[in-house]
Amino acid sequence: MSLKKVAQGLAELVRQGEADYIEAHLEESQSSHIVYRGRELESIGRTESIGGNVRAMVKGGWGFVSFNSLDDLRGRVEMAVRQARLVGREKSRLAAVAPAVDRVPAGVEADPVAIPLAEKKRILDGYNEIIWRQPEIQTSTIGYSDSRKQTVFLSSLGSHIEQERADVTLRIAAVAARNGDVQQAGLSVGSRGDLAPIRQLQQEVERLSQHVVALLSAPQARGGEYTVVLDPVLAGVFVHEAFGHLSESDFVYENDRLRELMTLGKRFGRRELNIVDTATLPGLRGSYKYDDEGVPATKTYLIREGKLVGRLHSRETAAKMEEPPTGNARAVSYRYPPIVRMTNTYIEPGKVSFEDMLAGIKEGIYAKNWYGGTTSMEMFTFSAGEAYMIRNGKLAEALRPVVLTGNVFETLSNIDAIGNDLNMNQGGGCGKGGQVPLPVANGSPHIRLRRCLVGGR
Amino acid sequence: MEEILIQAKKAAGEAEVFSVASEETQVHFEANRLKHLQTKQQTSVALRIIRQGRVGYAVTTNPDDCQGLVDSAVETARFGMAARFELPSANSYPQVDVFSPDVESVPVENMIALGEELISAVTQHTPGIICEAEVNRGTVSVRLINSRGGQAEYRKSHFSFGVEGSLIKGADMLFVGDSASSCQPILEAGTVTDAVLQQLELAKEQANVPTKAMPVIFTPNGVASSLVTPLVAAFNGKTVLEGASPIGRRLGETVFDKNFQLYDDPVIAFRPSSRPCDDEGVPSQRTTLVDAGRVAGFLYDLQTAALAGTLSTGNGSRGHGGLPSPSPSAFVIAPGSAAFEDMVGDIKEGLVVEQLMGAEQGNILGGDFSGNVLLGYKVENGKIVGRVKDTMVSGNVYQVLKEIAALGREARWVGGFLQTPHIYCPALAVASKG
Repeated sequence: MSLKKVAQGLAELVRQGEADYIEAHLEESQSSHIVYRGRELESIGRTESIGGNVRAMVKGGWGFVSFNSLDDLRGRVEMAVRQARLVGREKSRLAAVAPAVDRVPAGVEADPVAIPLAEKKRILDGYNEIIWRQPEIQTSTIGYSDSRKQTVFLSSLGSHIEQERADVTLRIAAVAARNGDVQQAGLSVGSRGDLAPIRQLQQEVERLSQHVVALLSAPQARGGEYTVVLDPVLAGVFVHEAFGHLSESDFVYENDRLRELMTLGKRFGRRELNIVDTATLPGLRGSYKYDDEGVPATKTYLIREGKLVGRLHSRETAAKMEEPPTGNARAVSYRYPPIVRMTNTYIEPGKVSFEDMLAGIKEGIYAKNWYGGTTSMEMFTFSAGEAYMIRNGKLAEALRPVVLTGNVFETLSNIDAIGNDLNMNQGGGCGKGGQVPLPVANGSPHIRLRRCLVGGR
Repeated sequence: MEEILIQAKKAAGEAEVFSVASEETQVHFEANRLKHLQTKQQTSVALRIIRQGRVGYAVTTNPDDCQGLVDSAVETARFGMAARFELPSANSYPQVDVFSPDVESVPVENMIALGEELISAVTQHTPGIICEAEVNRGTVSVRLINSRGGQAEYRKSHFSFGVEGSLIKGADMLFVGDSASSCQPILEAGTVTDAVLQQLELAKEQANVPTKAMPVIFTPNGVASSLVTPLVAAFNGKTVLEGASPIGRRLGETVFDKNFQLYDDPVIAFRPSSRPCDDEGVPSQRTTLVDAGRVAGFLYDLQTAALAGTLSTGNGSRGHGGLPSPSPSAFVIAPGSAAFEDMVGDIKEGLVVEQLMGAEQGNILGGDFSGNVLLGYKVENGKIVGRVKDTMVSGNVYQVLKEIAALGREARWVGGFLQTPHIYCPALAVASKG
């Protein structure tokens, strides 16, 4: 049975359900993946998935039922309502949103999943050859995946939104070894379904394989506080981890003490600092027209001129905090309810050139390239795939990868220079509440951080 | 499933059909209050074929689309890896208890009551703390059939709960938490709430740490968040085969402290990580990985074992619906004989690490770890004096586990995957602001 047909029947059940609010999601997806370990192709495959969910609210409590058998949809709706009843003990509050009936196409010229596996494999073979030309490479991994997804959103308010999206990601990592010492380095790219960014990485892969071998003779940083310059990729991860997660209102809305800490108008950084989250930029992996509650995407300033001015909302958090909804409720798939998430998050560019940023640093660290990041709300850590000492205003010797950490509330005010070279990174995937990886983009110009704690020997 | 196997055999020499059906109910509390009730139903069918010596693979959530599944598998077999293994024929499996009918019959009301009990114990101890709690129950049915007559089928139940609290004072945040899991219902909140209350007690005061090398005790949670990820990679037969494991060529050599014992154990009764066979139908077994400090073995699936010239250890795992790949079922680190109080009593100036954040982001293969102490305590003159902040602990797992000052006498399950005692290390690099 086609998704459309199922949607028609389900829309009726959603309208009739006896709850304060009901919504349903249907989703059909196709994906393919190719994984190399070393020179050998390890896994190649195709996946088809179909499924959906129903979410109901009664007296402020949520019931949620997910399924991939499309039989007995009436029973699923009833179960979600029954569950919500069991939970609900107060008043249902959701920010008002106009019902929408819309169709949003994927907007890609060629469906990446439909491109023959042989063609994608040829691209990856090329990169593997580049990596293995380098002596002392011990192994490598290449993970490519693409997907195409059709979703239908239905709500008891009368919304009926069909959206399509396509997604492509590629992660390449190389491992070098010498006398039992093992070093690794990697790069990640992604796109909204367009294979072009995946095809043009020859130079980057060449650099990656040279760098990983160079790491074998690089020293480890000495632990302690440093002035650190972050490249746009790493600064993007930094803004996501160090501030972005704290702007997600589901952490804040029922926590009075955290609300106090996050009062709008509070100063977090210098006047030059502006931080934005927006799903409205075309071509970025975090973009969409409607979020998973049928709310139109917006552009939200989180920090403007150094002050906290906004945050990210679902309909529920917006209503409870009496702020306008921002369209940031997202679910990684039909198996999960939507929760407040970032989309494309970035620091707006300033005026400082990279050379000026380095000038005047007697001893510091230049940290580049994303490896990972995580946050506890108050503290964050993130790791750089590449790092160099800065000595007397100039880049000096390469270091082994470094882990940086800091306090969210202090670190933004330690940003004392913002570059003029904004760049968005599309290779990331965000995890929260077991929902991972959610497509997001992060970006920033180069930034300089005073007094950043670096782990090391 | 039989129909898929019949169709697949027409297109390929060998075939295997693997299906998983699961049903899960979850009660979720947010900000000290009941918030969500969720039910998730999921099925998937995976087809693996060997066609002209190459592996083909496809997965679907729709078992009725038999032909589509076979066609996709055939397409991928054109490029798939060369199969070096044979699918297992009929096997006998060990008796491993992983199903309890009592789990399904736990009423949702009792799950809600358990969550409320968790939250009230924590909030009564520390007013102002904000808790999230979760109580889960579910069942999984696994079935596998292949063209060589191999077949396996089992049901597993699981029950788990956990609570996480955050306490905010000014701009200072404290995070505590613990969880428990079993294949049988656990209706006692006690072990979890006791652990959380102890964390809250120890974290009442704050203490400063200098930047220097000092002794560190990792609690079971601390071991899980600091030391285990590199070991998971290093004992993976695939990492070994690639030459990327630092211990890959050191089988039989003493690499770790002589008191260090490590197993992979999928046959412990009523553990959610246990099962009678792996995802390729190979019988489960306990595999010794480190015996008295000597590297004693690695973990293999069928293909990796064949390439390495050895036998599968029954560790073929499908992870997220992909092809089987070697993966541990559950790591078990044998306990020692030290009491936690005695380890603390032995330290003049040092740390107890309960939770390290971001430690798994570094050079995992090389064994390096470096993370922010999300929850940890300062030890001065044999006593815990308070919680530390703005502190990083860095080290290398192979150096840390080469010289262990003591192992705790009690091993505890952490996060369903690891059973470990406290591990006391004589010196680690600590960096701090301040």
